[in-house]
Amino acid sequence: MKTVFQSGMLTAAAIVLSAGLAAPSLARDLTIVSWGGNYQDAQRDIYFKPFAEKSGKPVLDEAWDGGIGVIQSKVKAGAPNWDAVQVEAEELALGCADGLYEKIDWDKMGGKDRFLDSAVNDCGVGAIVWSTAIAYDGDKLAEGPASWADFWNVEKFPGKRSLRKGPKYTLEFALLADGVSKDELYDVLGTEEGVERAFKKLDELKANIVWWESGAQPLQFLASGEVAMTSAYNGRITGINRTEGKNFKVVFPGSIYAVDSWVVLKDAENKDAAQDFIAFASEPDNQAKLPEFVAYGLPVKEAAAKVPAEFAKDLPTDPANLTDSIALDVDFWIDNAETLTQRFNAWLAQ
Amino acid sequence: MSAGASRTGRSLLLLAPLLLFLVGFFVWPLISMMSQAVSDPAVLRLLPRSAAVLADWDRASPPTMPMQAALIEDLKAVDDDQALGDMVRRLNSARSGFRTLMAKTTSALADTANPPADLVSIDQRWERPEFWLAIADALSPYTDRNLLAAVDLGRNAAGSIEHLPADQSVNRVILVRTFWIAALVTFACACIGFPYAIIAASLTGWKRDLMLGAVLLPLWTSLLVRTAAWFILLQEQGLINDLLRWLRIIDAPLPLIFNRTGVIIAMTHVLLPFMVLPIYSVLITIPKNLMPAAASLGAPPWRAFLRVLLPLSLRGVASGSLLVFISAIGYYITPALIGGPGDQMISSIIAFYATGSANWGMAGALGVVLLVATLLLYSVYARLSADEPGRR
Repeated sequence: MKTVFQSGMLTAAAIVLSAGLAAPSLARDLTIVSWGGNYQDAQRDIYFKPFAEKSGKPVLDEAWDGGIGVIQSKVKAGAPNWDAVQVEAEELALGCADGLYEKIDWDKMGGKDRFLDSAVNDCGVGAIVWSTAIAYDGDKLAEGPASWADFWNVEKFPGKRSLRKGPKYTLEFALLADGVSKDELYDVLGTEEGVERAFKKLDELKANIVWWESGAQPLQFLASGEVAMTSAYNGRITGINRTEGKNFKVVFPGSIYAVDSWVVLKDAENKDAAQDFIAFASEPDNQAKLPEFVAYGLPVKEAAAKVPAEFAKDLPTDPANLTDSIALDVDFWIDNAETLTQRFNAWLAQ
Repeated sequence: MSAGASRTGRSLLLLAPLLLFLVGFFVWPLISMMSQAVSDPAVLRLLPRSAAVLADWDRASPPTMPMQAALIEDLKAVDDDQALGDMVRRLNSARSGFRTLMAKTTSALADTANPPADLVSIDQRWERPEFWLAIADALSPYTDRNLLAAVDLGRNAAGSIEHLPADQSVNRVILVRTFWIAALVTFACACIGFPYAIIAASLTGWKRDLMLGAVLLPLWTSLLVRTAAWFILLQEQGLINDLLRWLRIIDAPLPLIFNRTGVIIAMTHVLLPFMVLPIYSVLITIPKNLMPAAASLGAPPWRAFLRVLLPLSLRGVASGSLLVFISAIGYYITPALIGGPGDQMISSIIAFYATGSANWGMAGALGVVLLVATLLLYSVYARLSADEPGRR
């Protein structure tokens, strides 16, 4: 009996001791979450590592594929294990309305005037302006598609297509392929007939579509020749061309652009460090390095001005690329995402 | 007597960590998931005044002034952003448009300098009964809405149950597909796993270790890695197609990926250990001299197999099948990466509601449907295995 008691005491002492020793190291390192792939590789080199050196503390980075439910469950559970997250415009709007993010300290960011208007939000700081556009392999298709109508034309351009799985972007592209002009796009999509028209147009291409879910997948599909053309995030295309010597082309006319923002999760352990990090990533000198690796537009005006012309021409924010592009209608999608996703899933299952 | 009691006490104490673990990580999450499916407090909690007024509404005519005034009062009293978010999400899920409508309304109400006269003056949409109907339908603390929607049913304006329109009906098709794919995978696993286990059990020494290792090693590898490996093997310019073309067996590449074939192949490989191991563990308990005994009594090998080995090992096949089937119905990553749009299983729909739209009610309801279906199957299995020959 005595030995049992003794070993019990010993165990208890060991637990107390180890808890006491472990406590100081329990503090979580600043955790930054972005979209993975070659984009995050670039961010790691120009933002994460230099910030870790500057602050003298380690920085962890993780990748995600979006979804407001992910953020909501982390925040509602209390003590989220992420600090700064790069979110899409929709997640910014939804999460800000629902109180899932800390308010941004704009003085720390150098003032709102430093940024494009669309990059300024109570809860978020614009990180990039990015496009979803047609991409194809210039080595395999000498004369490539020029519009979404071409994307739908499997006789002229044989081979499979790839689109992001979900109604967002897909319905817009279908309507553009069906001849809807870019100015009327969201007016048409806002009606029942418009939605029906989009699904009807998608029916034509359905058998030829391979759906992608994470941003790195369309690059693999193009590289392996699995698909002839795909929708893709423009920056990654330019990125893979530079790092792996590919000749992938981006078709800017008919592309849809949006702003991704940095947010800080509500009550995150390192929320102050997270704001410091966002300020660091918004420094013109730091941000101006990004286009060399991935061709995303820069929301800090001073940074955009510093980008050398050879890289600037690939950015969605370049005037020539912007002419025939469309801005994503965030309000439309925060209202309709759930219903249209349900409908999209039903259409997919048919 | 007291010795017995203290022994029980001690064994309970020893079991306590396990019991606590089960309660904390299994029973409680399960119950809370199921309650998510039916509880619906998000709107009622914030709109008590509107609830009182809406009880007298005829559910068809345009909103009255008292209704609007009550809702304005309720919205002004809200001071919790997250609770407001829950309410708006719930309402927007029933009626698209609430997101922007509520954002516009709450910011107009916050403007105390020039307070709006009524809701309709803030946004014309408040005149439409549909929006009020969505609120009125969300005011009871419990709802069957999610459970009905999980099997493609819904209530119409009059409150009776009917089928949802075809363009919103997806869950039944996908549930049936989920069970069908799981059945095919189970069958394929049994066809491969049974002979494999027989051979492995009949060997000794390093040969047996090698065969078991070949099954166990993949089990210790991440599911994602194995799925990605199948992706490389199966794609059009992948190893399998290249090899077949090099051997001139085929001219055009076989469509092995983004379709049902690929999903079955990859899932069968991933789940095979769960079939082989239970069968193997039953087979090694069967005395080695039974087959020679059958042969000495004049049974040809196939007859000895059918009458002796098969009946004795069926218990292993049954538990292996159950393991494989139940694991298979929850699959998500493999169909998402290897399958086409026609191969997505119910988990992908649950994942959309959980992570994509934070609609935990629907995610919970689909989970409940899956759980009930699985329990039904399990009870069938339990009844069948009660008559197993092993008991005779």
